[in-house]
Amino acid sequence: MSGSLYVITDQPIKPGVVSEKVMRREAGAITLFLGTVREITYGKRTLYLEYEAYPSMAAKQLERIGQEARERWTDTVVAVTHRVGRIEISDIAVVIAVSSPHRKAAYEANEYVIERIKQIVPIWKKEYGEDGSEWIGDQLNQQTYPDGRPLLSDIPSEDVNSDK
Amino acid sequence: MKILCFAHVSEQLGASSLELDLGPMTVDAFLEEFKQRYPNLRLDHVMIAVNEQFVDETHRIEPHDTVVLLPPVSGG
Repeated sequence: MSGSLYVITDQPIKPGVVSEKVMRREAGAITLFLGTVREITYGKRTLYLEYEAYPSMAAKQLERIGQEARERWTDTVVAVTHRVGRIEISDIAVVIAVSSPHRKAAYEANEYVIERIKQIVPIWKKEYGEDGSEWIGDQLNQQTYPDGRPLLSDIPSEDVNSDK
Repeated sequence: MKILCFAHVSEQLGASSLELDLGPMTVDAFLEEFKQRYPNLRLDHVMIAVNEQFVDETHRIEPHDTVVLLPPVSGG
């Protein structure tokens, strides 16, 4: 294992570099997830994406997610690299590597990490299409936020500072 | 206090950071004040982080804190 496990970068991501970070003798499985830029979304064509992050907090939140994963699936090691800036179709926006003694935990923890990234990591994407550009908020438009506080319920309550 | 904003909020504001002579005050009071100063901003789904930690509306912001306006995230 070398380098930081949780990285925000404006450079192209090499998946092998991320998976090497979690490689170890105890591991019997490494799952590698690549999030790539899709051209067509519900019939609409994307030209390219631009990602913006609050890098220092984003890295901290990734670390938190890695810790959460370890609590749920013992003996897993997680590494995440997320790219920011302009990203073209088919380019890699995010790489998640999870190693584990057995494959089931590696698969499950990897999915958990991407779901959590979409909930609590301060990264935003702007989609440039043929009709102009827009910031993507709630990605599938499936969630409603009646009280206008989209994220708090997704954050473990002990992690939210309150003076209550 | 120092205020950072991102995505559509910084575009609408025309700046990604600013300094305001405010506080101490709760997050709720801060948001009210901010909306009054910048009535055209869309802040309805915006979350607040103070010193890189998500906080709820009762959290007390100190004058030297860094307050961050975070639109719904869309990484991955």
